[in-house]
Amino acid sequence: MNAITLNNITKTYNKGTVLAVDDVSLTVEKGEIFGLIGPDGAGKSTIFRLLTTLLLPDKGTATVGGLDVVKDFKAIRGIVGYMPGKFSLYQDLTVEENLDFFATVFKTTIEENYHLIKDIYVQIEPFKDRRAGKLSGGMKQKLALCCALIHKPEVLFLDEPTTGVDVVSRREFWEMLKRLKQQGITIMVSTSYMDEATMCDRIGLILNGKVLSVASPEATIKAYPEQLYGVKANSIYHLLLDLRKYEGTINCYTFGEYLHLSITTNEEQVRKYLQEKGHTDVEFKAIEPTVEDCFIRLLKHEDEQGNSNKDK
Amino acid sequence: MSKEIVIRTNKLTKRFDDFVAVDEITFDVHKGEIFGFLGANGAGKTTAMRMLCGLSIPTSGEAMVAGYDVFKQPDEIKQNIGYMSQKFSLYEDLSVKENIEFYGGIYGLSNKQIKEKSGELIERLGLHNEADKLVSSLPLGWKQKLSFSVAIVHQPKIVFLDEPTGGVDPAMRRQFWDLIYDAADKGITIFVTTHYLDEAEYCNRVSIMVDGKIEALDSPEGLRKTFSASNMDEVFYKLARKAKRSAD
Repeated sequence: MNAITLNNITKTYNKGTVLAVDDVSLTVEKGEIFGLIGPDGAGKSTIFRLLTTLLLPDKGTATVGGLDVVKDFKAIRGIVGYMPGKFSLYQDLTVEENLDFFATVFKTTIEENYHLIKDIYVQIEPFKDRRAGKLSGGMKQKLALCCALIHKPEVLFLDEPTTGVDVVSRREFWEMLKRLKQQGITIMVSTSYMDEATMCDRIGLILNGKVLSVASPEATIKAYPEQLYGVKANSIYHLLLDLRKYEGTINCYTFGEYLHLSITTNEEQVRKYLQEKGHTDVEFKAIEPTVEDCFIRLLKHEDEQGNSNKDK
Repeated sequence: MSKEIVIRTNKLTKRFDDFVAVDEITFDVHKGEIFGFLGANGAGKTTAMRMLCGLSIPTSGEAMVAGYDVFKQPDEIKQNIGYMSQKFSLYEDLSVKENIEFYGGIYGLSNKQIKEKSGELIERLGLHNEADKLVSSLPLGWKQKLSFSVAIVHQPKIVFLDEPTGGVDPAMRRQFWDLIYDAADKGITIFVTTHYLDEAEYCNRVSIMVDGKIEALDSPEGLRKTFSASNMDEVFYKLARKAKRSAD
């Protein structure tokens, strides 16, 4: 059974003037970790709010756990856990009081589902008498996850849970998500860290309210249309400026230690060009794209289409 | 990059009661350098940055920023640096143009300079159609680019950037770094924190803080060699997982 379905969902704001979600259809299988990957303003949070029944769609239908988001909204609220992008717990209640509050609202107790949150909660338990508003960013995030889990939801919605979180804590967070998946919980998660996309079973790339591609991370990477190269030279900034001017360049951008480059010509011609420009210590190698490369490719493509549409 | 030093600290320390937030950090930053200031949540980065910006008086140690002493001349420091963070940057209910004018005025530019600067900025960022729109209507990535440009509108010696690209999409993050490269090329020193470790590679040198101390400081290449790591993610992970302080 599908845990989540969206059928031609459209949502606008401001009396139809702002198109937030544009005819989106997708399904998430039960027990899957599904990643919504897209920039700020792409429509990710709106999708979360539609599925958690906090907003009504303009058009289309959607279900969560087989229940309709419009007709069965009350039942859906009982089976989903939602961690919004913005910290939304009670700042004036302590850590323990917040958790107890959420357990009570869902007619359960902390004890009953303690096994679900134990790994996370032990890390914030030393601060259980501290007010939530006085917690640090990392601890707020952990508490919010505990509160979203305390009623043992079937489907967990996590809206950018790791934004502003360091690498070590991000890894821990994803370890936790994998353990929750093993308990049979379906997870829909959004992120702006592309490296996290590979931790998902499937990802949807979303831009301007449209879902551009839905596939496993491996299949997303496989669909990359060109050969990608990693290039490095003595001065990386000047290399970037020169390669952008090169007429055979499709796309060139920084990527960690190397520049990533796609071209209509070949290595030999690029090397010759760079030599003429006076670059030294040039390193040039064929590489596998990452999800981030796929995303940049899509953004560029959309951008060009957008511009050419404007011209018309 | 020149050898001129624009930030110099010596055993700089900040205590809050028994808690040593920043523990005897010593380092130099050169003019025109892009200096990455990394650390886990709670390692002490923000506290250290606040001291360097003249916003928090250190408990002990020494620090000179843009030629001024953080203990005695915090106001001079504030006038000679730029600062941007994701939390505080622009006034949402002023237009793009009004924000530029406002910051130009705050930093003591003349009306003529402000007019020139705002034209130049709007041109460079391609914001012609948005100049009179409220900042709140701009996408996050554009806000961050505008915010950075405003932070250097008075040509400071140094600009401090506190997680400038958090939550920004990959293409926009790269456009943002284009602006950083360009500013550094013009001699502005960049002091930047980030959680995107690919961005650490774009820095000339990187320091990594763990539990209030600087545990490593080198070029990205040097760090990769020292820690036998294939990328900065691994370097960071090897250092930061030893941290005893809980995240934040």
